[in-house]
Amino acid sequence: MNILVCIKRVPMTGAKIILTDDQQSVETKHLGFTFSPHEECAVEEAVRLLEKNGGTGTVLTLGGKESDEQLRYAISMGMQEGMLLETSSEWGPMATAKAIIEAIKASGKTFDIIMFGNEAADTGGYQVGIRVAQALDLPCVTGIKGLEVSDSKAVAKKEISGGHEVYEVSLPAVFTVKEGLNYPRYPSVPGRMRAKKAPVQTTQPASVSEGLRKSQLRVPIEEASQVEILGQGAAAAPRVVEVMKELGLL
Amino acid sequence: MILTLIDHDRGQPNGISFQALTLARKVASDLGVALEAVIIGDEARGIAQDLQQFGVSKTYIVKHPGLTDYAPEAWAEGLVQLAKTKSVKALITPGTERGNEVLAYVAAKLDLPMAANVTSIKAGEPFEITRIRWGGSLLEDATVAGEIKLLSVAPHLIAEEMAPVNSFTTEDFTPDLSDKVLRVKIVRRDMSSADKISLTEAKLVISGGRGVGSSEGFKPLEELAGLVGGAVGCSRAVTSLGWRPHSDQVGQTGARVASTLYIACGISGAIQHLIGCKGSKYILAINTDKDAPIVAKADYAVIGDLHEVLPAISAELRKQGYA
Repeated sequence: MNILVCIKRVPMTGAKIILTDDQQSVETKHLGFTFSPHEECAVEEAVRLLEKNGGTGTVLTLGGKESDEQLRYAISMGMQEGMLLETSSEWGPMATAKAIIEAIKASGKTFDIIMFGNEAADTGGYQVGIRVAQALDLPCVTGIKGLEVSDSKAVAKKEISGGHEVYEVSLPAVFTVKEGLNYPRYPSVPGRMRAKKAPVQTTQPASVSEGLRKSQLRVPIEEASQVEILGQGAAAAPRVVEVMKELGLL
Repeated sequence: MILTLIDHDRGQPNGISFQALTLARKVASDLGVALEAVIIGDEARGIAQDLQQFGVSKTYIVKHPGLTDYAPEAWAEGLVQLAKTKSVKALITPGTERGNEVLAYVAAKLDLPMAANVTSIKAGEPFEITRIRWGGSLLEDATVAGEIKLLSVAPHLIAEEMAPVNSFTTEDFTPDLSDKVLRVKIVRRDMSSADKISLTEAKLVISGGRGVGSSEGFKPLEELAGLVGGAVGCSRAVTSLGWRPHSDQVGQTGARVASTLYIACGISGAIQHLIGCKGSKYILAINTDKDAPIVAKADYAVIGDLHEVLPAISAELRKQGYA
C-alpha cells in the first residue's frame, strides 16, 4: 500500500496575529512553525495503515525550502520519504493543486490513498484535495473522522450532529481529514534520527496562473467589547441567572 | 443572473443558505441581474416556497433518480450542467461543509478559481472580494477572475435579511448523471448520539478548558448543562489531555458553535479557540484571571473559580425552580 499525505507549513500563531508592514503576510519573526492538526491526523492515519499493511508513506508539501522541517517531522512520525515542491512566494489554491497533480504524475508512483487536511489552517481554501482528486479521476471523501480500509475498499465517516454519515469508496481514493480521526503520536527518538537522513526530493514546480489573487491582508477591526463583570466567585450566581433570563434561555 | 445553492439535508435547509442569499442579492442588484436559486434533489423542493421572501425570482429544482441523498460530485455535476444552459455571472454557495465541498467540485470541473468564505463582494471584472483566513482571525482582500465567479459565503458574518419579491417561479432541471459522479454518496447514517444536544445547534454551550483540571472536573459543567438544556464543549487543550472526546472540541479544528450564550470556564482564549465560539451572540467568561484574553473578548465575566461559580449557578437555578 502506498500513501501520500499533503501538508502545509504554517506559523504557530499566539493570542494575536500580527501582519508584516506590507500587509502581505503574517509576521513570523518570533513564531515557530508547524502543520495543522487536521494534517497531523492524516499523517498518523497513514502511518497506522502502513504499519498494518506495509508499503511506503510519502509526505508532500508546497512551499519555501524551510518546509523541509515539516516534511521531516512527518517522517519522524513514521512516513518514509518527502517531496518538496519548492516555491518562493505564496501560491493560491488552483496553482497549488496543479503543482501537486503534476508532481504525482511525474513521480511515476501510484498511491492507493492520498490524504489532505480538510482545509489549510492559514488560507482556508477548502478545495485543493478535491481539485487533485478530480484531475486524477479518483473518488474523494472530505472532512473524515473515521476510516476503515479493507482490501481495495474504504469506509469513511464524517461527523454530523448526533452521529456520523458513512461513505464507501473503492481505492485508490482521496480523503481530506479532520482533527479527531485519531490521536497523533509524538515522534520517537529513533524516528527523529531516521528523519534526519530520509530522502526528500526537491523540485521547482512550473508556475501556472491563479485566478484568486490576494491584494492584501487585514486584521479585522473588533468592536471594542464592553465586558460587564457580573461579580466575584459564587456570589455572582444570581446575576448570571438574571442574564440567562434576559437572553431568553430559561 | 446570480445563482445561489441552497444547502439542505434531506429537505431540511441549512440556515446559512439564507445568509448566502442575502449577500448574493446585493451582488445581483449591483449588476442589475436576477437572483435565482438552485435546490438539488426533488425531495427538497418544498424549500423553494420560502425563498421568495429572500428576493429569489426563480428556483431550479435539480432532480434525478440518483439524487436521493447527499452526493457531492453529483450535486456539482448537476450545477455545472444547469449553469451551461443559463447565463450565470456568479455561483454563490453558503460556506457550510457541503457548500464549500460542492463549490470546489464545480471549480475543479470547470477549471475556474474559487474563493471560500467571502464576507463582501464588489461585482466587476474581476470581482473584488474580502474573505476570511485563519478561521476569521484575518481578512484577505482579493480578486476573483473567471467566466463564472465561484464564491462561498462565510457563515454567521452576514445577517440574513428578507426582501420579498412578487413574482416567483420554479423550474425543474434533470441532469445527465453517470454512475461515476454518484460514486461518492452517503450510504447510511450512524446516529449513535442522536439523543445528545448538539454543540452546533445548542442555544447555550458551557465549555471547559485546562482550568477545569481533570475529566471529573467537568461534572459541574454537565450539571448546569443538564438543568438548562445546554451542551458541554471544551478547548483543544482538554481533548489533547484526553479529558473529553474530540467531538466536544470547540475551535478552529473542532466545532464552530453559534449559541445565544457561550460560557467559557477556565479557558484562556487562544485564537484557535475563539474561532470556534465567536459565532455565539454572547460570551460569558468564568476565570480566576481577570487579565485572561477570553475576558477581554467576552460580553460578561465572573472572576472566580469555576468549581465554586458553576455549582452556585446550578443551586440558584434550583432555588428559582428551574430543575
